[in-house]
Amino acid sequence: MTAATHDHATANPAPASARPKLAVWKFASCDGCQLSILNCEDELLSIAENVHIAYFPEATRAVVEGPYELSLVEGSITTPEDVERIHEIRAQSGTLVTIGACATAGGIQALRNFADVDEFRSIVYAHPEYLSTLDTSTPIASHVDVDYELRGCPVDKKQLIEVLAAFLNGRKPRIPSYSVCVECKLKGNLCVPIATGTPCLGPVTQAGCGALCPSYGRGCYGCFGPQDSANTDSLTQQLTELGMADADIVRVYRTFNAGAPEFEAASNAVETGGAS
Amino acid sequence: MTHQLKDGGQVLNVGMLARVEGEGGMHIEIRDRQVVDVKLNIFEPPRFYEGFLRGRKYTEPPDITARICGICPVAYQSASTEAMETICGVTTTDAIQDMRRLLYCGEWIESHALHIFMLHAPDFLGYESVIEMAKTHGDVVKMALRLKKAGNDLMEVVGGRAIHPVNVKVGGFYRMPTVAELQGLRPDLERGLEDALAAVELVAGFDFPDMEQTYTYVSLRHPQWYPLERGTEVVASNGTRFPVAEIASHIKEFHVEHSNALHATFDGGMYFVGPLARYSNSFDQLSSRCQEAALAAGLAETCRNPFKSIIVRCVELAYAFEEALRIIDGWTDGHPPSVPVEPRAGEGVGASEAPRGTIWHRYRIDADGIIEDAQIVPPTSQNQASIEHDLRTAAQQWVDLDDHTLTHRCEEAIRNYDPCISCATHFLDLRVERS
Repeated sequence: MTAATHDHATANPAPASARPKLAVWKFASCDGCQLSILNCEDELLSIAENVHIAYFPEATRAVVEGPYELSLVEGSITTPEDVERIHEIRAQSGTLVTIGACATAGGIQALRNFADVDEFRSIVYAHPEYLSTLDTSTPIASHVDVDYELRGCPVDKKQLIEVLAAFLNGRKPRIPSYSVCVECKLKGNLCVPIATGTPCLGPVTQAGCGALCPSYGRGCYGCFGPQDSANTDSLTQQLTELGMADADIVRVYRTFNAGAPEFEAASNAVETGGAS
Repeated sequence: MTHQLKDGGQVLNVGMLARVEGEGGMHIEIRDRQVVDVKLNIFEPPRFYEGFLRGRKYTEPPDITARICGICPVAYQSASTEAMETICGVTTTDAIQDMRRLLYCGEWIESHALHIFMLHAPDFLGYESVIEMAKTHGDVVKMALRLKKAGNDLMEVVGGRAIHPVNVKVGGFYRMPTVAELQGLRPDLERGLEDALAAVELVAGFDFPDMEQTYTYVSLRHPQWYPLERGTEVVASNGTRFPVAEIASHIKEFHVEHSNALHATFDGGMYFVGPLARYSNSFDQLSSRCQEAALAAGLAETCRNPFKSIIVRCVELAYAFEEALRIIDGWTDGHPPSVPVEPRAGEGVGASEAPRGTIWHRYRIDADGIIEDAQIVPPTSQNQASIEHDLRTAAQQWVDLDDHTLTHRCEEAIRNYDPCISCATHFLDLRVERS
């Protein structure tokens, strides 16, 4: 990795040729994770001085040819054309980082994996024969090697900056893999399931948002996907005890990270009445 | 990129239209100096929201449909909550409506600031991107980032986060922000209002191509307020007006082969939604300060030149700051954050004014609150026909320009719309064919 380690905006940044080239790619997604880059208002100009933004169509008409030292990939794979495109991108990328729940777990559009896509096509479109689409929505890592997966729906911009800083400094990103519960404790939040009986996915969900939902008095709904030792069987039991019907439990596991293996197994287990 | 066709014609090809939200394609064919075909190809992969919403609960659309678009999630949250409350026969409180408008002001501010300065202004100032622009227009870019941040900060306080806010639910909010939290935003919002008024003046000085369009302008109308988080009526520049509940009988969607986003007609014809429509249909409801700023910038009370949409966006940006300050100054603590919403079987519509134009949702739910049918109609899909119309007009009007300049002009004609192809679905691949 190239080490260009400016911490602050400088009057004379390194010339573009000396900075690592950054590319930002989009697959099936809402644009929110790449927008997180532009939402780094305080850091954007510093970022642009430390990397050479070589391909980022949402932000610039300029296109610099690859290879790219760092590729950020947003979105999931849902079409035959995109299966080919992600291999081309991998081939011209040094480090490839997926950003967000779509790229890392298939996103909300992975709900098609549990359903009949032909029916979806005909619900939405009068002429389904015009469409080119796969029966599944899959994460990038199902198709090519991925160097790092950044979670979130959307990603957290501080974590995104940490990933960029780690890349520039040739180290691993310092991103916690513990649960949202830890963030709640650190913030001194009231535990919403215990205090108010509100169903909460916090115990099985990876930290990163800063325990946002419990801070607003609602249960976590799993934007950052399963934490590294998610005990979904235990949580399912707790959700049942809080009065949730099985169909509702299936729905809470099947949202933006429905395709994450732990959540997929948990929802299937509730549906079939077994353990995951 | 230009190359010759075998029959002696030419093809201009831009691989991907930049500085729009999403990806799509464009095909322009010119024969004997006449534009003979224009197509906006949208091949963004479909995500089938309307399919997988079936079987979900009536409480879920604010979280789920927000994910259609990372730039305007509040537009989806507002339309879906209103639709569900209408179906369930619930009226919320004035405080809840105020807070929804305040959150929506945050979205207008961040989205308009993004488009005005980062996506659109580089066209007028001759740059490839805002980062290039920063080298010579450092103060403008710093102002742009400040404006955008003020919008995002407002969304974070009210919604929990700027992209896909967590605090919105059917019936209201999970928690109301406090007076202290909101007052903390005041200094940045005051500065934002000053910046936005300066931006109106700044962009008014840009050089605008002459182009006047006559399509029907459609927007929401509220008896009291410039349309934003809701309206009671739909109004059109041709004099048509009707209650929001009747929107589905006037706007019809249809599927064309060259786009994964459904096209739409209004009473059978082409129409336009967005800032130009809101401004022209509801100029009377802008504040006097915004009206004066608009007139001083050289606008009339209606604006028919799509290239001048950047001025109108700046006027709306200033208005959003004024509205945010008005709501914050009138806020008191202690309002219940939500009203209970029990499901009942029925069908209903919710509509709001996304930064890019009118968005509406229609749902049918059963007595247990399970969604049986969903229809989501975002602004960019409704505008596809008028975008194609502008492209046809622009290509014909400037047919004698060299290929490079004409291609750029056509790209600008698309960016005038601030198109959100993630919303509509997404890939813009611009092609001009000549012979």
